Formats: sequence, C-alpha cells, structure tokens
Amino acid sequence: MVKKKALSKDSKLAELIAGDRRLLQLLPRFGIALGFGDRSIEEVCRMNNVSTELFLTICAIYTDNGYKPNRAEIKSIDLGGLLPYLKASHQYYLDERFPHLEEHLQRIIKASGAKYGPMLSHFYDEYKQEVMRHIKYYEEEVVFPYIEELRKGQRSNTYQINEFRHNHTNIQDTLDDMMNILLKYLPGDILPKERIEISLDIMELSDDLNRHSVIEDHILIPYVESLENALP
Amino acid sequence: MRNRVIICEASEIIANGLAEIIDSMAQFDVVARIESPEHLCEKITTSDANIVIINPVLLGFLNKEFLSQLCKEHHDIHLIAIATSYLDHNMLTPYSGIIEINDTRAKVISKMNEFTQSENTKKADDVELTKREIDVLVAVAKGMMNKEIADMMNLSIHTVISHRKNITRKTGIKSVSGLTVYALLNNLIDENINPT
Repeated sequence: MVKKKALSKDSKLAELIAGDRRLLQLLPRFGIALGFGDRSIEEVCRMNNVSTELFLTICAIYTDNGYKPNRAEIKSIDLGGLLPYLKASHQYYLDERFPHLEEHLQRIIKASGAKYGPMLSHFYDEYKQEVMRHIKYYEEEVVFPYIEELRKGQRSNTYQINEFRHNHTNIQDTLDDMMNILLKYLPGDILPKERIEISLDIMELSDDLNRHSVIEDHILIPYVESLENALP
Repeated sequence: MRNRVIICEASEIIANGLAEIIDSMAQFDVVARIESPEHLCEKITTSDANIVIINPVLLGFLNKEFLSQLCKEHHDIHLIAIATSYLDHNMLTPYSGIIEINDTRAKVISKMNEFTQSENTKKADDVELTKREIDVLVAVAKGMMNKEIADMMNLSIHTVISHRKNITRKTGIKSVSGLTVYALLNNLIDENINPT
C-alpha cells in the first residue's frame, strides 16, 4: 500500500506503478501514453497535459485504503481534467469491463440450464439497467452537462449538485451480490473455473467502482459546489 | 461492513468537527447530521445507519424513555454520547461509548475503532436464517415493500427493517434482485413467480 504522503511528483512513474499495479488502469483514463521511460510523474503529467496534483490525488485514492481527500486539499488542485477523467472511466466500465463480465456470465448462464439460467439472466439484465441508469442516463446525460454549463459560467435553474449528493447510489452492492451468488449459492458443479475467474474480475471491478465513487463524492461534489458558489 | 453514522448535535461547529474526523476514517461514513432528535427514528430507517452519536443534553429529561424506545425499534443501533458539558453518570448508562468535547482527534478515532471491533466480534456468531427471517426474505423476493410485509406479518416496519438487515448480514446479499435469486436457488419460492 502506498500512502498519500509517500507519493511524490519527483518519483518515477514506473516506480509508482511497480508499487501498486492497479494504478496501471488509470493511465488510459488520464490519456497518459505508454512508453514513458524513466521519467518522473511530474514530467509525464506535463507531457500529457495532466494536472500532477489531480493525478497523485486519484492515485492515492486507489492505493491508500480509506483515503478521502478533504476540501482543503481539493482547493489547491486544478480540476479542469476531472470531468474528462470521469468520462473516460465510465467509458472503460461500459465498453470494456461490463461486456467482459457479461461474456463470462453468458457462458455460466448457458451451463446452468433451465433451472438456474433464467434467474441469473434476469438478475443480470436488471443489474445492467441499474448501471445504465446510474452512469449513462443520470451522470453522463444530466450531471455532467450541468457541470459543463457551470464551467462556462451558466447556471441551470432546474438542477443543483446537492441532488446528486442525495441520489448518488452505489452500483457495487448488486455486483457484490452477484459474486456471492456465483461463489456461495449456485450449485458447485456448474463451470467452477469460470466462476472463480469471473469472481476475481468482479472483485477488481467492485473495488474500482468503490474508489470511483470516492472520487465523485469527495472531489467532484466539492468541486461543483465551489463552481456553484462562484456564480452570482 | 462500513459503519453508517448519524450525528445528532445542535451546535454546527461541534457537529461539523466531529463529522470531519469521522468521515476521514476508512470504515465510517457520516450519513446524516441533524440538529434535534425529533426525527431521529425515521432518519435511522431512511439512512440505514447503525451508529448514532448524540448529545444527551438534547434529550433533556426524556433521555432514558426516548432511548429505550429507540433501541426497541432498532435492535442493532449503537448509541454514542457526545458530552459537551458535565453529565450525570446516570444519564450516560444507555450509551455504549462516550466522546468528550476535549478529546483529541486521535482519541476520537481510537474510541470509534474500539467500538467497531467489539461490534464485529459480536456479530460473528449466528449465521443461519431464523424462521421469521425466511418469511421476510420470501416476501421481499416476491417484490413486497417493507410496509406491506409489516402489515401482512403484523410487525412494526422497524422490525421488518431489522430482519432485513440480519438477512443481508447472514447471506452477504444486499439487493432485492439478489435476494430473489437467493430465495429461488434455495427453493424458498417457486421459480414460476416473476419477481418483477
């Protein structure tokens, strides 16, 4: 585990990643290209037009369990890159992680036969709708456009980030349920190898989504509140 | 399991300070801050809290009655007092922990941690669903709301919620759709019932 204070902009990016391999998945979300050689975190960030402070803060959320940045820390960070980062994360979940999960799950559903297949399939379809409602139809289509307007200095009369604070449910719970069902409750003889593999994927995705919501709750919301307060 | 905390304190300075310390801890989320205990009961239900930190002064003479009523409706709730002035020893008996106004940050953190540890060991023993819990589970899986289940089973809505919390703790499953699959897999309900 890398602690927040141990992350320095002068360390090599390669060393940071060697310390926690989960950070690797953050690079494409920031648009940081591979082939960064032995450059420092600060150099690589500058080359890719990424705020070093934002990069380090998000890395700390991934490496330091339970770390939640406070308002004072957020204030000093250039957050222009936050929305593109969050959108790239969403795209990664929707276009890569969930389809990958679904592919595995379809095989398990098939092998589960008429007795268990339909209930698993129904469960996943409902979950998929929940994810789409959360990420696509709410965050991407309501919250983010609102923030972009704010950044242009326009205030919407119909929406406030406070609503997001209250409506921000988590989508990890049902995912964890899915893992429990696959590991603990589905009869043991149905594709055990595949189920272990998918469970490892689910744990990773659930952890990722957890940290993603820390970013939304503890960076995005305070950021948007400050934008709201800055308008007359 | 993460702990969900409600802070009930009239002073905004104290409430915010306490919330800041607790929110900085990994295992704790402050889910609500309220100034008076008037709607505390509903707040516990709606925010699914398991810890209430309250200033005993707010309860005045109602202290014990109010709290025993509260504990009756929410079996698994834990009460912690935030003591901002001198309190009679008698007043503090219902609480499982006391945070004092001049405790340091480290002290508050260690008190909260100490509290959850005893909490977790206590919860480790029972794992089987009781008959009552199975009845509630089946009703949930059939798509019934808490209120409907309470009416059908002649229980208070808080008791239904407390059963649901126990079901989730024992099975590891939180969502209604997940519980439905659990009930189907364990032949607790007929697979022809469409859960939607």
